[in-house]
Amino acid sequence: MAIILDKVNCVYEQGTPREMYALKDINLKIGDGQFIGVIGHTGSGKSTLIQHMNGLLRATSGSIYYNGEDIYAEDYSMRSLRSKVGLVFQYPEHQLFETTILADVCFGPMNQGLDKNEAELRAFEALHSVGIPEGLFDQSPFDLSGGQKRRVAIAGVLAMRPEVLILDEPTAGLDPKGRDEILDQIAKLHAENHITVILVSHSMEDVAKYVERIIVMNQGSVMFDGAPKEVFRHYKELEQVGLAAPQVTYLMHELQEKGFPVSRDATTVAEAKTEILRAFGRSGE
Amino acid sequence: MVRDITIGQYYPTGSVIHRMDPRVKLFGTLVFLISVFAYKGIVGLAVVTVFLAMMIKVSGVPFKYMVKGLRAIIILMLITAAFNLFLTPGEAVVQVWKITLTKEGITAAVRMMIRLTYLVLGTSLMTLTTTPNQLTDGLERALRPLKYLHIPVHEIAMMMSIALRFIPILVEETDKIMKAQMARGANFEEGNVIQRAKAMIPLLVPLFVSAFRRANDLALAMEARCYRGGEGRTKMKPLCYQNIDRIAYLVLILYLALLIALRILL
Repeated sequence: MAIILDKVNCVYEQGTPREMYALKDINLKIGDGQFIGVIGHTGSGKSTLIQHMNGLLRATSGSIYYNGEDIYAEDYSMRSLRSKVGLVFQYPEHQLFETTILADVCFGPMNQGLDKNEAELRAFEALHSVGIPEGLFDQSPFDLSGGQKRRVAIAGVLAMRPEVLILDEPTAGLDPKGRDEILDQIAKLHAENHITVILVSHSMEDVAKYVERIIVMNQGSVMFDGAPKEVFRHYKELEQVGLAAPQVTYLMHELQEKGFPVSRDATTVAEAKTEILRAFGRSGE
Repeated sequence: MVRDITIGQYYPTGSVIHRMDPRVKLFGTLVFLISVFAYKGIVGLAVVTVFLAMMIKVSGVPFKYMVKGLRAIIILMLITAAFNLFLTPGEAVVQVWKITLTKEGITAAVRMMIRLTYLVLGTSLMTLTTTPNQLTDGLERALRPLKYLHIPVHEIAMMMSIALRFIPILVEETDKIMKAQMARGANFEEGNVIQRAKAMIPLLVPLFVSAFRRANDLALAMEARCYRGGEGRTKMKPLCYQNIDRIAYLVLILYLALLIALRILL
């Protein structure tokens, strides 16, 4: 049970002078139940990469396997793949179209061939899990606030009960509170339903707090792939490609250079706090 | 399919034609269009062909790229050809059942095909060598006299440039929404006509919403920059004729004169 990408290349305008590699020789294994962050600069191929995972884009060469099945095999059903690998696009609130919130969330499950009752049941569940109060279910999705709209749109994908949930910059354009709410809810979903979550972002802070594995994309290739601690050790290389490690990483590095006996591996504020207190011989509270 | 449309696509090569004043190109296209319908006989056709070929060569736009624009009108061309072939009365060449193929019909069909092809090539040569902004600038300047007839030339030009500017944005937006709905299991490819039309709702509603949102944002941004229409507005890059433009006008006038002369003499 996993997504495997084997030597995947994606070339735009092949054979013309404007030929451009959007993805170059990608080899990845996305294990079941992992919480993964994909980071990269604008144009690094993050969005292209995730659109390959549910078959919206077709690789120029290479193969992709989902649960051991070749998704490019002739009899493979792309639509069933898309209901297993749920993809939430950037600014997903722009895809809302129905007259009520509930009907909009039902769109996915109805496309899966479920009857109306089953679809509504799933929609209720999905809307609850993203924290939309029941009183709003019959309102027009266009009357909601930006953050609420986005949560409804995420529920629209969740209602399909995907095994893998991919979110492309789910926090873009949200205020810090909205951002934390959405990310916390995603983390909760991951913990409770044991689904695989892939979070695309260019904010290291967001990603470091939640994920167990980071894939750094640069110019269409995988630059780093590993646990946040390992990846942030390369903070100098990350800077060269326009990314940055979380601020605490810099703090810890500087503390160490100044001679304090701290480990540099802290990636979140909480970890850094424990580490600094430890270095000063105290165990916290 | 949307990508086949070459009208409105700029192909930068930096040639002499690219550097010309857009008014010259507008006038030139007009002259060329007139000539395509006004030429007479095989000599006239040869002159038009040579002129078009030269312009394409000078522009540096690959011929293959230009021909792509013809694909969009291939059905129109075939229908026109069919009508001309079978409905022109005259001397019968082949007759099967009630359908007659006349000599005049064949000539008319061939002439029509040539005219349509040249028409598209000529106009796409203009759009390929002129950015949409230059084009509307040129149009605004060239049509300025109409202001005395109370025609809002500046406003029309502004609307045109906004419309042109928004084509690629909306194409991109369509692509994005389509993918987002496909990720939710929408099916745009299968089903009968009614099912397909219904499948368009999840695409069209968000597209309209976003078009209105963008229009609103743009209106606000223009207000914030104190946009008040064309009255007293100056240009950052005022259009100004250079020597190449004068030479181009001369060439165009000579070309037109040659065709008229041929028409009278032959």
